[in-house]
Amino acid sequence: MAKRIDVSGLSAFYGAHKAIDDISMTVEPRSVTAFIGPSGCGKSTFLRTLNRMHEVTPGGRVEGKVLLDDENLYGPGVDPVSVRRTVGMVFQRPNPFPTMSIYENVVAGVRLNGGRLRKAELDAVVEKSLKGANLWKEVKDRLNKPGAGLSGGQQQRLCIARAIAVEPQVLLMDEPCSALDPISTLAIEDLIGELKERFTIVIVTHNMQQAARVSDRTAFFNLAGVGQPGKLVEIDDTERIFSNPSVQATEDYISGRFG
Amino acid sequence: MDITPATAATPPPLPGGSQPAPAEQSKAAARAGDRIFLALSRGSGILLLVIMAAIAVFLTVRAASALSHNEGNFFTTFEWNANANPPVFGIAVLAFGTIVSSLIAMLIAVPVAIGIALFISHYAPRKLAAPLSYVIDLLAAVPSIVYGLWGALFLVPHLTGLYGWLNDYLGWTGIFAYHDGAARSLFTIGILLAIMILPIVTSVSREVFLQAPKMHEEAALALGATRWEVIRMSVLPFGRSGIISASMLGLGRALGETMAVATVLSPSFEIGKSLLDPGGGTFAQNIASSFKESGEIGKDALIASGLVLFVLTLLVNGAARMIIARRKEYTA
Amino acid sequence: MSGVTMDRPLPAGDAPGPGYTLRQPRLPRWTPAALAAAAAAVGIGIGVGAGLSSHIQWGLIAGLLFVVGMYALAARVEGRRQAKDRLATSLVWVCFLLAVVPLVSLVWETVSRGSKVLDGTFLSHSMAGVLTIQPGGGVYHAIIGTLEQVGIATAIAAPIGLLTAVYLVEYGRGRLAKAVTFFVDVMTGIPSIVAGLFILSFWILMLDFGYSGFAGAMALSILMMPVVVRSTEEMLKLVPNELREASLALGVPKWRTILKVVLPTAIGGIATGVMLSVARIAGESAPVVLLVFGSQVINNDPFDGAQSSLPYYIYEQWAAGNAASYDRAWGAALVLIAFVMILNLVARGIARWKAPKAGR
Repeated sequence: MAKRIDVSGLSAFYGAHKAIDDISMTVEPRSVTAFIGPSGCGKSTFLRTLNRMHEVTPGGRVEGKVLLDDENLYGPGVDPVSVRRTVGMVFQRPNPFPTMSIYENVVAGVRLNGGRLRKAELDAVVEKSLKGANLWKEVKDRLNKPGAGLSGGQQQRLCIARAIAVEPQVLLMDEPCSALDPISTLAIEDLIGELKERFTIVIVTHNMQQAARVSDRTAFFNLAGVGQPGKLVEIDDTERIFSNPSVQATEDYISGRFG
Repeated sequence: MDITPATAATPPPLPGGSQPAPAEQSKAAARAGDRIFLALSRGSGILLLVIMAAIAVFLTVRAASALSHNEGNFFTTFEWNANANPPVFGIAVLAFGTIVSSLIAMLIAVPVAIGIALFISHYAPRKLAAPLSYVIDLLAAVPSIVYGLWGALFLVPHLTGLYGWLNDYLGWTGIFAYHDGAARSLFTIGILLAIMILPIVTSVSREVFLQAPKMHEEAALALGATRWEVIRMSVLPFGRSGIISASMLGLGRALGETMAVATVLSPSFEIGKSLLDPGGGTFAQNIASSFKESGEIGKDALIASGLVLFVLTLLVNGAARMIIARRKEYTA
Repeated sequence: MSGVTMDRPLPAGDAPGPGYTLRQPRLPRWTPAALAAAAAAVGIGIGVGAGLSSHIQWGLIAGLLFVVGMYALAARVEGRRQAKDRLATSLVWVCFLLAVVPLVSLVWETVSRGSKVLDGTFLSHSMAGVLTIQPGGGVYHAIIGTLEQVGIATAIAAPIGLLTAVYLVEYGRGRLAKAVTFFVDVMTGIPSIVAGLFILSFWILMLDFGYSGFAGAMALSILMMPVVVRSTEEMLKLVPNELREASLALGVPKWRTILKVVLPTAIGGIATGVMLSVARIAGESAPVVLLVFGSQVINNDPFDGAQSSLPYYIYEQWAAGNAASYDRAWGAALVLIAFVMILNLVARGIARWKAPKAGR
């Protein structure tokens, strides 16, 4: 259910502009890896290269390798649609499909991939996914109401349910709590802790306490200056990064001396 | 904006209070200026309303006078002899021709326009998309008489082969029967109208598709949707009401189109079974074609048919506006 | 839940389980291009072989072959979902071609046939003394007519439209403004022939004036007003409120604020809107048929007697129905299209040049 990600020599471009430069790292399965760093350092861009979402932005282009277990996502003959199906994603702002009910939102991905499923099977998927996203109790009586009617935090958990309903190998989260209030944030953080039992999770966050709370490993990204590409400074166990990082820049950033 | 100009323009009272006169004067001038300007602009708005009312009143009065002379039934008579004595005329053929040709135009134009709009918004390479939408906007400005000329001298001769073909395979239906002759039929009108309304329907749909929120497209992509599935899940549901109102705007134009139809159609006052054979007529075409041979009652009769067309387009446009307004509420 | 256990693996068809793969069998990148070429070849082959006279049929056959072929091929090699995606892509491309062909043909025919007769004589002579069956003659009287009618229509419609837009944006509150907004929308949809009929019944049948360029111009102004109001309204709404407040706070009366601050800020967009609406009415022929009546000779007085106009001239020459008159019709169509396009291009140029810069 969960796979290791090995990135080597990865650079990403927007047209002629190089957004991230030569990144190599390993993301362990069944763990949470957090990406931190100042705005514009390319951590979101890097995240989007892990499920080939970067190339849907006009001018987006990637060089290098991303191995999922042993298979290169950018290898010849690899279908980006299958990649995104295998590596799920949760976005900064909750984005349930506005025209669909809660139920339809959860099964949206399953319907795409699964062909015709029986009602009972879909019901099972919905219950399992909503339970997995800690949302079942709150919405089980209104599954046919529009997903857009939920609160922000509930919408985000609905999006997580939608993402895990297709049983991906990896779950990417791009600042999933930045649009949420503290209570909803706490709910999502608890959820992440549960989800790592089943998925490999990568989370981009601006909030260093959050990185410290939820992640097992933390990667710090930085950029040399405006217009320069972002780089990976270091990746290590979260505890080490926050107590005794090996690079001075990391310590400066974490202790709030810049960024 | 709610600050009334008078208070905003009033300077704080001078402590000395020695020279109130100039301030008072300019204030009075400002008030007068404001009053005149407001009167002018409000007057223009009222003038627009008066014009609209006048259109309805004058058309109705003339139409009533025509109908009082009519010996036929205005809605069911299959002839237009408004200049005969006694005058006999009815709009049955015109209503049929107008609605059928506009429906054919919609059936062809709307799917194609959605296709082109999607092509521009989601499929075409970016270098092609921008100039293409510019060209489409320009084509919307080509005068209808030019479409008519092209339709009569180029499209009609090129359609006879196609119609013969349709007759061979679908002639048994009756609708697609075709007997040799110039293809100046309701179906040709439908095709021509489709080409004419294509730019406007395309550009409105394109705007709506481009407004579809990126975040929902990304959500679909991240679930492993193909490009078509992304469009079906996040673009089309968002754009549905936009497509409908674009189509209605196109329909409104097709219903009222005059000169292109008058140029291409070979009119007759009967409803034939076949859409491919020449014949039939539309409200606007009949007005333009019969006007010069019409006497007093004849002109009034044409005005009466114009009133029906007016009401028809009002209904269609009203429906389009309602859909747009509802969509605004929905997205707000 | 009807006995479905929660632990059961997902019943998804090609879901990743053991043995899932990121690699899907894909058609080579050149497949669509190759198939399109093949379909075109077969379409032409069938067309020539079966002696189909109409090129439209050839195109339809080729298009159909391409769409069906692409679907079948993709369904065999790539699976149902990809095949659907391919189907949508090919349909969208076919739509694009389907639309481009007639529109290109229209422009091509007009330019190639029109340029045959277009020369100095054509632009500087009227049809006075020229039989329709003779070659020669020109569009001078029609150009004069169009310019005068459109000019008068603009002189009527532009100020009224502008002031109405100012009223709606700067003063508009309450029922009157709502009614005006609603009826401006209604007015946008009036067919041009109906506007013509109105002026006919009012000006000619009731007030008993004769046919004239001015009568046509009034009908054109009715068509133009709502367009001017709409576009001006949009532009005025773009003017930031801070500008108005700053001016009002300085003690400038509201009417001077509108004249000196609001309108100059939006002037580029307003000019664009007016020019686009001028381009629209310049091509209107229906009201001209009813109200201006048409003429073969130069009539410089728009207030007295029949005139011609470019759209009317095209209609009239087409109706004459012989080779020489067809040539003149195409020539006039080219002049009209050029006029309208130049207006459009200039208008869009102004819009780009004067566009209120969005805060960046």
